[in-house]
Amino acid sequence: MSHHIVAADRLSFSYPDGTSALRSVSFTIHHGESVAVIGANGAGKSTLLQQLNGYLIPTSGQVRIGDFPVTAKTLHDVRRTVGMVFQDPDDQLFMPTVFDDVAFGPLNLGVTPEDVESRVSAALQAVGAGHLAAKPPYRLSCGEKKRVAIATVLAMDPAILVMDEPTAGLDPFSRREVIKLLKEFSHTRIITSHDLDMVAEVCNRVIVMHAGEIWADGTTEEIFADAGLLASCRLEPPLSMQNCVVCSRRRPVSAD
Amino acid sequence: MATIEGSMLDFRQLDLLAAKDTAIHRLDARAKVLVVLLFIITVVSFGRYELSAMVPFFVFPVVLVTLADLPAGFIVRKVALVIPFAAAIGIFNPLFDQELRFFIGSFGISGGWLSCVSIVIRATLTVTAAFVLVAVTGFTAVCGALGRLGMPQVLVVQLLFMQRYLFVLADDAANASRARELRAFGSRGMGIGPFAAMTGHLLLKSWERAERIHMAMLARGFQGEFHLQRTGTFGYRELFFVGGWLVVFMILRFINIPLLIGDGVTHLFLAQATIP
Amino acid sequence: MHMADALVSPAVGGAMWAVSAGAVAYSSSKLRAEVDDRRVPLMGVMGAFLFAAQMINFSIPGTGSSGHLGGGILLAILLGPHAALLAITGVLIVQALFFADGGLLALGCNIFNMGVIPAFLVYPLLYKRLAGQDPSGTRLTFAIVVSALVTLQLGPFAVVLETLFSGLSALPFTTFLLMMQPVHLAIGLVEGVVTAAIISFVYLARPELMHVARGTAAALVFPTRNLLLAFLCAAILTGGIVSLVASKEPDGLEWAITKVTGSAEVQAPDNKLHKLLATIQEQVAVLPDYTFKKPVASEQPVSATVENKGGTSLAGIVGVGITLVLLIVGGALLKRGRASL
Repeated sequence: MSHHIVAADRLSFSYPDGTSALRSVSFTIHHGESVAVIGANGAGKSTLLQQLNGYLIPTSGQVRIGDFPVTAKTLHDVRRTVGMVFQDPDDQLFMPTVFDDVAFGPLNLGVTPEDVESRVSAALQAVGAGHLAAKPPYRLSCGEKKRVAIATVLAMDPAILVMDEPTAGLDPFSRREVIKLLKEFSHTRIITSHDLDMVAEVCNRVIVMHAGEIWADGTTEEIFADAGLLASCRLEPPLSMQNCVVCSRRRPVSAD
Repeated sequence: MATIEGSMLDFRQLDLLAAKDTAIHRLDARAKVLVVLLFIITVVSFGRYELSAMVPFFVFPVVLVTLADLPAGFIVRKVALVIPFAAAIGIFNPLFDQELRFFIGSFGISGGWLSCVSIVIRATLTVTAAFVLVAVTGFTAVCGALGRLGMPQVLVVQLLFMQRYLFVLADDAANASRARELRAFGSRGMGIGPFAAMTGHLLLKSWERAERIHMAMLARGFQGEFHLQRTGTFGYRELFFVGGWLVVFMILRFINIPLLIGDGVTHLFLAQATIP
Repeated sequence: MHMADALVSPAVGGAMWAVSAGAVAYSSSKLRAEVDDRRVPLMGVMGAFLFAAQMINFSIPGTGSSGHLGGGILLAILLGPHAALLAITGVLIVQALFFADGGLLALGCNIFNMGVIPAFLVYPLLYKRLAGQDPSGTRLTFAIVVSALVTLQLGPFAVVLETLFSGLSALPFTTFLLMMQPVHLAIGLVEGVVTAAIISFVYLARPELMHVARGTAAALVFPTRNLLLAFLCAAILTGGIVSLVASKEPDGLEWAITKVTGSAEVQAPDNKLHKLLATIQEQVAVLPDYTFKKPVASEQPVSATVENKGGTSLAGIVGVGITLVLLIVGGALLKRGRASL
């Protein structure tokens, strides 16, 4: 596929009951970029993600992955190219063992059983979970589950990785491990998160959403320097970029 | 009745035991499932008044427990929970079946008591076998084996999914239950209203989780077919295992060993077996 | 309402296994052909939900006892008959394997009593007729309550029949029947009310979940007033009937058993009637006493105890004792031997 561009062209989406979730969203993401989509709860981030692998079909406008638009007919190819990691790993690890979960994707793609073995070990190695292959998911810790969830997607060899809140709920150590992983990947990465410090480390581009629209789209430095913009979208700059509360008496930027 | 957390802990324990590595554990799951099925069928085929002939059947769980290095105390405790229920069911047999069938000297025991005890022994045997099966095989492998022995794939998948999300949902249920209890302030039971609301919430949460799982499945290319890669060879060990136990069961079924032993012993030590 | 292994003869158990296996196979093939692949996670999760929900007890108004959700009708309404049958089967299998709630031989009976009856009989033949195309409000409540009542009469009745034909319990048919049915009337009422309450709750939140009501655009509103009225009637009825026979037993079947024990003492049975019942029961019980290979061989132990009462009885006891000792000692030795390896 050429350049694995992810492009949204005046994408709009409304739910069956009439709620408008996305309003004329447009952007282009190039191969290898690491992009964060940030916004308050209800801004439309998750809805946007679900458009990217065809789970939801736009009401108007279009999503293109590489050469082809996302339609009912191209779903199989889209899902082969776009790997999605969801927020709650329990929703993604539904097979009896970790091995089964990681093998699920490749088997669905028609990979032969022998190749599946090598893909699974490669994917688990990549996330540092090789020793967990025979364990049932309910015996994993939160951090382990997140990493295995990422492995389940890696095994499909996608060109584009889409992740919904990858560091949510993790303890500092596990969070650091996930950040390390994300920085190592060479795939195109599209990440939604409230963890803006992670975004500052991992992503070089930020798209800010508010009420179903894109309010800003620029480099990480630009966006995070604009406290006023962030405040109007019910956000704050990353904690690491705010003035130190201890050293100075100045209050941190509030979003009121 | 056990608390939700308590039951789930037991459940996990059995599954953990299945992860051990002994000769028994390494046997193909189908062999173990087959043998247990044969065991249960044989035990259950005994007549209502048979007692002594069933006792030797305990050799099967005992041997398996020792060979597979299972904690005997744990198994015994779990089985012990079942006995009162079996007894409760059999307990009114003595009331209705009063024909004397068994004499120790001049003391007669009615058929009712015989069948009652028979019921308890039967229950103990079958339950122990089931526990031991899961402890040496693991739930997943048992389902896989059943699938390869003929159970519909749809049901196999159903069982696996159910087991997977049982822990998650039981946690949800336990949390909701506890949250309610903390605000109940002394009222003993949960009325139907609160129960319906709580269960309704749980149901919706579960339903929404199922939808998200479905999303995740689609995202990884799911198109309706489940590929459960389970290899296993049914080799000589397995044949020996199944064949061997089959022979043992048949012998025990048709030869009342305790009776033989008892006969031998009493003839050895007593001139006259009967006390008139 | 679980049927226990202890009460089932191989013949009855086998027959019910065949019936249930057939039903499950039929549902499986129907589901495979179904296009909607949402059912895979849905069925599994709903099965887990039912299992978890059954672990929560609520107290039944008017009595001191507690109950738990059966769920047959609930699942049939939400998932349709085939998926519901499989979900319930899954729950029963896990209960039999891990929680010793019924036994593996009786599993066929339990799947039939608690799965096939609500999903294949009551749901299509009764509930759908009562609820109609577009159920709402009082009509829906009524349909649910009646369906639950019928399910919880047919189920226990099936248990009684299965016990009767198995011949392992000495309890006479009529006594058992008279104990099971009325108790389960109350239980059925409660199940109906609880199920209706849950469905109403779900309906308000997610109207599209109702399996039956497909294609209706308008949201179906479930007036709580009707539900409260239905609940009030149920409470009065339950309180009235059950207070006459109130007990602290946790489960309908166990309650029945206690009642039997009590009444057996109090009644001082009419000897002729008692003997007649015993004779009938004896006749009926003997017939299905079925053994697998050689009927002759299996009769030997029985006749041995009956006829050679003296010598072999003592021998039998001694033999059992020695066997048990052998088993325990043998087991301990084996264990010690393995530990030292």
